[in-house]
Amino acid sequence: MMTDRLATGLAILATMLVIAPLLIIFVYLVFKGARSLNLAFFTQLPKPPGEVGGGMANAIVGSAVLLGLASLIGVPIGIGGGVFLAEFGRGTRLANAIRFTADVLNGVPSIVMGVAVYALIIKPKIPWLPFTGHFSAFSGGVALGIMMIPTVCRTTEEMLLMVPNAVREAALGLGAPNWRSVLSITVRTASPGIITGCMLAFARVAGETAPLLFTALGNDFWSANLDRPIAALPLEIYKYALSPYDDWHRLAWAASLVLIVLIALAVSLVRYVTSRGVLKGAS
Amino acid sequence: MPDIRIAQPKPQPPEPASPEPAAPAGKARPKRASSENSEIRQFLSSRGNSAIADRGFKWLMVLCALSIFGIVILIVTELILRSQLSWHAFGLKFFFSSFVDPDTKQTTYWDPVNGHFSALPFVYGTLVSSFLALLLAVPLAVGVAIFLTEMCPRGMRGPLAFLTELLAAIPSVIYGLWAMYVLVPILREHVNPLLSQALGWTGLFANDNPTGLGFVAAGVILAVMILPIISSLTREVMSAVPNAQREAALALGATRWEMIRMGVLRNARIGIVGGIILGLGRALGETMAVTMVIGNTPEIHRSLLANGTSMSAVIANEYAEAITDLHLSALTEIGLALFILTIIVNALARVLVWAVTRGAPAQVMH
Repeated sequence: MMTDRLATGLAILATMLVIAPLLIIFVYLVFKGARSLNLAFFTQLPKPPGEVGGGMANAIVGSAVLLGLASLIGVPIGIGGGVFLAEFGRGTRLANAIRFTADVLNGVPSIVMGVAVYALIIKPKIPWLPFTGHFSAFSGGVALGIMMIPTVCRTTEEMLLMVPNAVREAALGLGAPNWRSVLSITVRTASPGIITGCMLAFARVAGETAPLLFTALGNDFWSANLDRPIAALPLEIYKYALSPYDDWHRLAWAASLVLIVLIALAVSLVRYVTSRGVLKGAS
Repeated sequence: MPDIRIAQPKPQPPEPASPEPAAPAGKARPKRASSENSEIRQFLSSRGNSAIADRGFKWLMVLCALSIFGIVILIVTELILRSQLSWHAFGLKFFFSSFVDPDTKQTTYWDPVNGHFSALPFVYGTLVSSFLALLLAVPLAVGVAIFLTEMCPRGMRGPLAFLTELLAAIPSVIYGLWAMYVLVPILREHVNPLLSQALGWTGLFANDNPTGLGFVAAGVILAVMILPIISSLTREVMSAVPNAQREAALALGATRWEMIRMGVLRNARIGIVGGIILGLGRALGETMAVTMVIGNTPEIHRSLLANGTSMSAVIANEYAEAITDLHLSALTEIGLALFILTIIVNALARVLVWAVTRGAPAQVMH
């Protein structure tokens, strides 16, 4: 009886110790971050060190550009891979190998992904190939997009496997070609889950800093040019957190709060759009 | 999925003249000559063959799936190619050699100026910080999982599980920021002096680092980051244990804790080990939070309170500014070593989890 009570007490203690850092982090983010947020944060460029004020408008825009490019690369290829795994390759050895490789790719550290993209795109100096030879937003977007692919692929496969076979057979029985049945019927039936998978990958990649450290590099000025280095919120947080200026520390907290709120907003927006808004018919 | 396509109708042989047996529904089918087709048949046969579109679509999907292979092959090729310089210069000794400065008689490991590169402090730092994180995280994560699966009132289970998953959603740079300005002062002022006083006799807790950074700080923040992974996988394998095991233990008179220990944990332990190894894999590759609190000193000290470094931290700090090709190549070789290490660890973890849950392992959010 004593060991039973002790075990229960330890389990409750473990749970409290786990929830505690989460609550502390959120409380700190909200209090320290909200205090430093003002309109200037969203509209101004960073000021030189020593000057008070400034903002991170270029980082917000830069993050949006990078994440847009990453989604453009990651989502179609990921969904395509998932469709293959669930519809055309079910049970084959190729599909098993691809699934295993996707899981392995998921576990690759993000910094190694950045090193690989640097070696692939930035180091070679090929004059006739665009975006090579220098730091660019394109390479940052590619690094983030590659990180999205395995997550989207696996979630798509799982969601497509849940679609009952009767739906597919009904579509084929009505005379739809196979490609039409997969696209308009099966994928559409599974689309809420697929979109959730995309949002999960998006939320993970939105906070990634390591691959951007030497691909997108960061930028102190306005730039949405894919061919040039670009600022990003996580990069700015990293740079400001390591600096010796108190003002920059405040900005780092504010940027962290903005980053988390933006990620949460993006996820909720997509949730809303798929459940009650424009895409309602798709679910 | 059978490859079904709409094909052209073959010419039908003339139907036999004898009347067909009556259909169960009682409707008599009208006899007609083969040259008359119904509107529906005419419409379907005029649609034509969708073979080309089907084949094209299928190969597009195959291409997308094979791109995953292509990405991994590209990554491995680039890493190997770019680290050739360092591999030829140092060989396998890259990972355990050291260089003694003849003037000051000091051992250095990482000297970009003189071209001496050894990865020993980074390997040491990665392993020490990751195992420290495991030591701290595993009891807590398994405890949370046991609580949520077996002991928690049903109403609280959802919100608490959601909160634990939320820990995984926080970006690691925010963890690093919080660790630098909240955790490290706490360690510096309260925890580290206590540790060096109470446990200094072990030789593992010297009190010569007044900054509060170091392996302990990195271990704690890594533990917080790998908690949700281990706990969610443990919860999953514990739920996969059939209820019959629990009921059998209870029927034999076990208390709740004995039931959990004998009936659930014993059956799920392979999966729990798999979850722990997955958490280890995550901790090995973690970059930003570690870079910000580990002190970034390429030295090896026995004390856990000393500053250190890690493989991912050195890449993050020096890659963008490495000037010489040898420096860059040495960093890429460290990246290759990290890549191989995490692949082995993650593959091992997936195999273990798969063996218990007998199917594709669930998506774990990193």
